[in-house]
Amino acid sequence: MRTAKGDGRIAFAYLAPALLVLVGLMGYPIYQLVLISLFDYGQEQVSGGAPLTFLGLGNYTALLSDARFWAVLGQTVGFAAVCVAGTLLVGAALAVLATRVRTWARMTLFLAALGAWATPTVAGSTIWLFLFDANFGFVNEVLGTTGLSWTYDKWLAFGLVAAQVIWCSFPFVMVTLYAGIKSIPGEVLEAAALDGASTVKTTTSVILPLLRPLLIVVTIQSVIWDFKVFTQIYIMTNGGGIAGRNLVLNVYAYQQAFAASEYGLGASIGVVMTALLLLVTLGYLRALRRSGEVL
Amino acid sequence: MNRRASRGLAEAVTVVVAAVVAFPLYWMALTAVKPEAEVISADPRPWTLAPTLDSFTRALTVQNFGRYLLNSVVVAVAVVLLSLLISFLAATALTRFRFRGRTTLLIMLLVVQMVPVEALTIPLFFLMRSVRDVAPVFGLNHLGSLVLVHLAFSLPFAIWMLRGFVAAVPVELEEAATLDGASRFRFLWQVLFPLVAPGLVATSVLSFIHAWNDFLFAKTFIISAAENQTLPLALQVFVKPDQNDWGAIMAGSTLMTIPVLLFFILVQRRLVAGLAGAVKS
Repeated sequence: MRTAKGDGRIAFAYLAPALLVLVGLMGYPIYQLVLISLFDYGQEQVSGGAPLTFLGLGNYTALLSDARFWAVLGQTVGFAAVCVAGTLLVGAALAVLATRVRTWARMTLFLAALGAWATPTVAGSTIWLFLFDANFGFVNEVLGTTGLSWTYDKWLAFGLVAAQVIWCSFPFVMVTLYAGIKSIPGEVLEAAALDGASTVKTTTSVILPLLRPLLIVVTIQSVIWDFKVFTQIYIMTNGGGIAGRNLVLNVYAYQQAFAASEYGLGASIGVVMTALLLLVTLGYLRALRRSGEVL
Repeated sequence: MNRRASRGLAEAVTVVVAAVVAFPLYWMALTAVKPEAEVISADPRPWTLAPTLDSFTRALTVQNFGRYLLNSVVVAVAVVLLSLLISFLAATALTRFRFRGRTTLLIMLLVVQMVPVEALTIPLFFLMRSVRDVAPVFGLNHLGSLVLVHLAFSLPFAIWMLRGFVAAVPVELEEAATLDGASRFRFLWQVLFPLVAPGLVATSVLSFIHAWNDFLFAKTFIISAAENQTLPLALQVFVKPDQNDWGAIMAGSTLMTIPVLLFFILVQRRLVAGLAGAVKS
């Protein structure tokens, strides 16, 4: 690393475009989000028909005293937890499986996974909806449950969306963990074998500790992604389910803002969500520190 | 169980899993080429007797799918090129130079990745609304607004990922290039840029998918200029309560998936290498 004089200026020149975009399109909107959340900001105010009323924390107290918000928050956390656990389990299991088979079988699996990964979210959600369609769906045909609507029942609907989310997000975990396992030097495993370590012992005391930083990264990435699932819920449950039974926080925020024109309230949900995710981030940073990542 | 038999079993399991994972895609392509009567049959067959391109024709003619496909390509390609350029420069700055605020900046980049995009839709909507008066191309109802937003959301991750690749290039190389009389600028583009290619590929795949998949921003920003809509939204026009044109929806989905699939297959080796590289760094 060079520390010559004038480095700062060149570094700044290299960074300028990125900073411009990030400050303008992330920094400023974050500030605006907080600001909007402090006002009574509805359709009237947007069109300029009514003056803005400063509410202070009014939107937040309204939100936190609303049973619906807590229900949606609980659903969001539960839904994300199921998706994360499913994604990690499937991804890790298949990564290990991929190391045990010959190239042709591995390539078959990777190609299929690549397909699921590459499928655009909207297309993927629609395909799954069609597969599980009450009347024309292949799944009902196979199960002999023709007429069963998977999106009608609250928990069936959540389960279906979770399955779709796991389907399209396990490939990232699988490929990353596979790459991680492959990057463990052969000598390390040979040494363990020479020492007479069993497969279980090798896995728990050699492979897992080496993969730990990687596992942390994919876990946190999954937490962040799954906490923010929007498209799948929106499309598969038609905007949040019957009477909003399948709402998660960001669909709720979106609906409050753009469907109900309660921009202030929507923004306050966004702020709460951001705060929750920042807590996760702090945990992430601490984990990275502990695993020895140098910033 | 001996080694061979256990490997055979593992391979059998692998093939079954692969088949299950790929099945939704097979079903999509199959439905897209089925005649309409077969699509809405109460007992769907996992094959078709009379493949036809009718659904594709409907998707392409009735709903002007070609235009939306073009819009999606324009947005995604613009986002990928811009984000590669900008993130490469930024990653170089963050790894090659020491300056005050460097660590803070790195942490900020990590933190902004966690901000829920969906929450920012509200302020961004107002921002694009006011941009419309100054620079219409980047305002509401224009593709530029989508490019800007996706650029902003893919940059932090791209920079963070590329950083490892740039750091992996030995500093001695730069010294050697300087001794040979190469300018800093030439070194940057002729030596460093090609060397971090796997990283560039991995980041471009991720930003491409990001832009290509977007449903929320297209839905929010492109409100009254249907001709500037992108594919994910265009697909939704076939969805009508109780009378979905599933054939056309699946044909549209197929058209939408093919470019990404091709892109993935083209770069898959480099993608795995890129992810492995990001992991190692």
